[in-house]
Amino acid sequence: MDTIKLTIDNREIEVEKGTTIFQAAKQMGIDIPALCYMKLDNLGVENRPGGCRICVVEVEGRRNLAPSCSTVCTPGMVVHTHTMRVINARRTVLELILSDHPKDCLVCPKNGRCELQDLAARLGIREIHSVENAAVSTYKKDTSPSLKRDMDKCVMCRRCETMCNDVQSVGALSAVNRGFMAVVAPAFEQRLVDSNCTFCGQCVAVCPTGALTEVDHTGRIIQALMDPTKKVVVQTAPAVRAALGEEFGMEPGTLVTGKMVAALRRLGFDEVFDTDFAADLTIMEEGTELLDRLGRFLGGDKTVKLPILTSCCPAWVNFFEHNYPDMLDVPSSAKSPQQMFGAIAKTYFAEKIGVDRKDLVVVSVMPCLAKKYECQRDEFKVDGNPDVDFSISTRELASLIKSANIDFLSLPDEEFDAPLGESTGAAVIFGATGGVIEAAVRTAYEIYTGKKLDRIDFKELRGLDGIRHATIDFNGTPINIGIAHTLGNARKLLDGMRAGMYNFHAIEIMACPGGCIGGAGQPFHHGDSSVIKARMDAIYREDAGKKIRKSHENPYIIKLYEEFLGHPMSEKAHHLLHTHYFDKHD
Amino acid sequence: MPNYKMSLLCCGGTGCRASESVRIVERLREEIAAAGMDNDVQVVVTGCFGFCEQGPIVKVIPDNTFYTNVKPEDAEEIVKEHVVKGRKVTRLLYEDPDTKKHISDSKHMGFYQKQLRIALRNCGFINPENIDEYIARDGYEALAKVLQGTPQEAIETVKKSGLRGRGGGGFPTGLKWEIASKSPGPEKYVVCNADEGDPGAFMDRSILESDPNSVIEAMAICGYCIGASKGLVYIRAEYPLAVKRLQIAMRQARDYGLLGDDILGSGFNFDIEIRYGAGAFVCGEETALIHSMEGKRGEPTVKPPFPAESGYLGKPTNVNNVETFANIPVIFLKGSEWFASIGTEKSKGTKVFALAGKINNVGLIEVPMGTTLREVIYDIGGGIKGGKEFKAVQTGGPSGGCLTKKHLDTPIDYDNLTAAGSMMGSGGMIVMDEDDCMVSVAKFYLQFTVDESCGKCAPCRIGNKRLEEILDKITKGKGTMEDLDYLKNLSKVIKDTALCGLGQTSPNPVLSTLDNFYDEYVAHIVDKRCPAHKCRALRVYAIDPDRCKGCTACARACPAGAIKGEVKQAHVIDTEKCIRCGACFDKCKFNAVIVQ
Amino acid sequence: MDKIELNKCQKDKIAEICAEFGNAPGELINVLHKCQGHFGYLPEEVQREIARNLHIPVAKVYGVVTFYSFFTMQPKGRHSISVCMGTACYVRGAESVLEELKKELKIDVGGVTPDGKFSLECLRCVGACGLAPVMLVDEKVYGRLEPKQIKGILAQYE
Repeated sequence: MDTIKLTIDNREIEVEKGTTIFQAAKQMGIDIPALCYMKLDNLGVENRPGGCRICVVEVEGRRNLAPSCSTVCTPGMVVHTHTMRVINARRTVLELILSDHPKDCLVCPKNGRCELQDLAARLGIREIHSVENAAVSTYKKDTSPSLKRDMDKCVMCRRCETMCNDVQSVGALSAVNRGFMAVVAPAFEQRLVDSNCTFCGQCVAVCPTGALTEVDHTGRIIQALMDPTKKVVVQTAPAVRAALGEEFGMEPGTLVTGKMVAALRRLGFDEVFDTDFAADLTIMEEGTELLDRLGRFLGGDKTVKLPILTSCCPAWVNFFEHNYPDMLDVPSSAKSPQQMFGAIAKTYFAEKIGVDRKDLVVVSVMPCLAKKYECQRDEFKVDGNPDVDFSISTRELASLIKSANIDFLSLPDEEFDAPLGESTGAAVIFGATGGVIEAAVRTAYEIYTGKKLDRIDFKELRGLDGIRHATIDFNGTPINIGIAHTLGNARKLLDGMRAGMYNFHAIEIMACPGGCIGGAGQPFHHGDSSVIKARMDAIYREDAGKKIRKSHENPYIIKLYEEFLGHPMSEKAHHLLHTHYFDKHD
Repeated sequence: MPNYKMSLLCCGGTGCRASESVRIVERLREEIAAAGMDNDVQVVVTGCFGFCEQGPIVKVIPDNTFYTNVKPEDAEEIVKEHVVKGRKVTRLLYEDPDTKKHISDSKHMGFYQKQLRIALRNCGFINPENIDEYIARDGYEALAKVLQGTPQEAIETVKKSGLRGRGGGGFPTGLKWEIASKSPGPEKYVVCNADEGDPGAFMDRSILESDPNSVIEAMAICGYCIGASKGLVYIRAEYPLAVKRLQIAMRQARDYGLLGDDILGSGFNFDIEIRYGAGAFVCGEETALIHSMEGKRGEPTVKPPFPAESGYLGKPTNVNNVETFANIPVIFLKGSEWFASIGTEKSKGTKVFALAGKINNVGLIEVPMGTTLREVIYDIGGGIKGGKEFKAVQTGGPSGGCLTKKHLDTPIDYDNLTAAGSMMGSGGMIVMDEDDCMVSVAKFYLQFTVDESCGKCAPCRIGNKRLEEILDKITKGKGTMEDLDYLKNLSKVIKDTALCGLGQTSPNPVLSTLDNFYDEYVAHIVDKRCPAHKCRALRVYAIDPDRCKGCTACARACPAGAIKGEVKQAHVIDTEKCIRCGACFDKCKFNAVIVQ
Repeated sequence: MDKIELNKCQKDKIAEICAEFGNAPGELINVLHKCQGHFGYLPEEVQREIARNLHIPVAKVYGVVTFYSFFTMQPKGRHSISVCMGTACYVRGAESVLEELKKELKIDVGGVTPDGKFSLECLRCVGACGLAPVMLVDEKVYGRLEPKQIKGILAQYE
């Protein structure tokens, strides 16, 4: 390793060649403030436009101040991170940014979680030197089913642009205009819903301010919970339990399943169910579909569409509807677990308890913002009544809990309700990249081979690499599996497949980095991607601790087929649990 | 080729074309044909002579008669008198402002006497649309010479000449080439920056319009030196004439084997493409320019990496501006020692300036480095227009500053201008007189910077806007002394923190006027007075009772009802009610409304 | 801005221009120049069509169009007036010429008169500093301007 020596704040340090001043300072415990800079280490994402100029430092012999985030250390460099010149520059620049920022912090959705607010507090800004009637840059506000844009609060950090383009390859957002009116926006500053936005929400996940936020449904849920004529049930996605604790100051990776159930019950939900149940159901349908296609393919049917692509992720569904309209028949037709849950809740369960679907409110708690959009899709409604009425994020659940005077940390652990609360370990791992396909393999293997698995863990399918592949031996038949997380990697994988680079039988795709655990509805990671890894470990811990770890062994699933659906891919299953896709290509 | 006995050189630069020089050429040709002399006399459309103030210009060769302010209707007389009868048309000759004598030969004119033309050597002498004329003046000899030696030798020559970038920064050209030549990679690029954006500088366009081959030759030399086979000219789309002439020159050079494969049998391949700018001043910055050429928003990026390491398409790229390139062939023809003998210790050669503003001889000039501002303004520029008093000279455009009387004897070079709080910049030189308000001038430049900021970094995006707002407040008489402190601090922070050269220099017009015209700021703030009477909101209008005829025009025009008076009686302005709109001033036919 | 629908012929023209530049995303600015030359401006649908042909997000196209002052999404008037706002023209009174134009045309910079006759813009140095202040009406340069000449100049145009 090539190293160089330099001096920062009168202390010498030796760093690897190519290290920036910012990183070098961090290594020696000097935390230089920054705003636009963001590095998600294990995902290979770095945003350093050098735009905010908050991280500037003094380098001896240099005419002007250097942006530490993008200035590489050179041998013998002498750096000062805390001189009068630097302090004055940082404060002045931050005041400038604040002078073009609304001052409605108290009622801002990001209040208390805003990086700009934190920075102002950290630098001790007490007044903003500015000009009377100074111009502020204002823009059209936009609300989509999932995301809200209030670009008056944009600080041009460009993180959202990086996520939308470099990471997700969606390209819905770009820097537009120039100078004082420069901002990040969709083409023609049109509404997101009219653009090719997939609602993955990764822009929201990284926005340092309140410029990009989720649409808040908490008020509607409180109303429903308080309405005596409504029966309100809730389902919680697997990734939520691995992250919710963070909102209450717990360490990333703390599993809070039991406390979460208790909290939901105290919030007044009539039944606390689990999306994991529907995840097991998804495996039954998707796994059967995979085996069906595989069987026909191996039997010589060349018209069969392989590889099968997973379809649980609503942002991914939007992505291929926009970008791969010629491939609409390739993904599995199975609905996502959220929607399978809604369909079963409003038929099977509603019948069971004798409630009309219009009086049954189904709420989902998701790590995801695209789920808000998904549950509003027309094909998931019956006579205008949606299968899932509201989808809220992990963050919104936390805020509901806080607003309902519940001391989360002191809650006891409680269990989900039956019958839609029972799940297996296979369902839990849906929350991490590779998890859906691992769950599918556990079931498909046993059905295909008729044998019991010796080992349930398919570690070759796990990890955080953007594109992964593995071959699983189905008793002599090699099954090639591809996995991608982030839509940019999905695009690479699909384009590679089209170019004949890969030969897969099944592919799992998740839009968010790390899968649902890195979803845009999760507690903000504020650029610390070790949080995602910790949540992933928690997910696999939960799986390992489960008594039943294969979807087809879930007794309530077996019962559901016996009592209601018949068998996987039956006509009824097809009607309730499968969907179709639309060409949204512009 | 007919052997002409006489040539009429007519300026075809943009300025003279605006004054119908194209029509003059047509008329001259018609008259010559009518006189039956087409085989003896030719009319040549050349590039800019530089003396734009006196344009359109027609120069007669071989007797070097220099006709000024020519109109199409003068063609007949020029041909009938001068061409046919050999009698000069005296009324079209330049009149010396001091002696009032007519001067026939341009070399006796003050405007040309102190100039030394290297980059502009061919401007006004050759037909830019004919490569033969360039070749006849030793064109492409430098390239031939360079191709016989090694790239290292050629780079050494450029280094020894001491040539520094003429686009603004003043980085040593030879060193830049050396870095690019040492950057590894089979694919490299030579870029010519012709996206002249300084509002008030037009030398790059003039060179391309007048002598495009010198730039092409220099780019090929550069390509050979750094190991590039592709050149790109990034040029403003608003320069159609320059584009056309460059295209013609490139085509002719290809026909002659001076561009393309195996140039002059040397095995060296080089060709040039044109890329268009689209109106963004920031694209004068190298990294922004490169992004623009890649089809992206012209936003600069943090350097390093420098373009020499990672530029166009991520490949090593050398960017020089037009004027820098135009110097290159001469350096090889006359030698680096010759070039280095001109100028000052650290600034060698000459610099082209676009001399404009309140000066008698507006035009494009080229002087040795080290010439003083006084020589430029008074000897070449012929002093201040209308006998007014010199107040300031602005150099370096929006990145530069305003210099005053005390700087008049400063020898012009990169370091002296920077030390005086201005910049060499691309060479705009705007002269201002007593009627110019320096706060307004600073505001003018800040408005420009605010319009042209790319918006990427916060200090430039927001800071310059705030500077502009404060200056606006001061010109409206609403400024405070605290504003001046903030103005100064903000300017310093923007310089210290902005991402690119545009932001790092944008406060210069503010800082230099604060330094040199502090009293004028104070007058606006404390006395609520604009000493140059330029700021409308600070004007105090009054009516001179002796001149007022009582026509009531002013009273009727006044939107505030501030003017009282009987018909045919002297009127009076109520200063309390007056909103300083100036309507009365504009309306009065008797100059009775005065600004106090 | 009103949305316009492109007919097949117009779409083909855009495809032809894009193909001329090899449908390369790096040629976006050249493509935009050529399309603006053809259509007179760059309305939304033209930008979308360019994005389709070059296989780049339309947001990127719009980002570029809004960055460069040369590109416009507004159709110009039959006669386009540009006032030089170079420094030389500024110190010689370009501002008052511009004010007069605004007053006469009753539009702001960037605007088009309601009858579509004139559009008004500013530009940087024309390079005719000897004639300052200068304005262009279409291709014609008017130099050494005074505000009082404006009315007469405008009257010459149909």
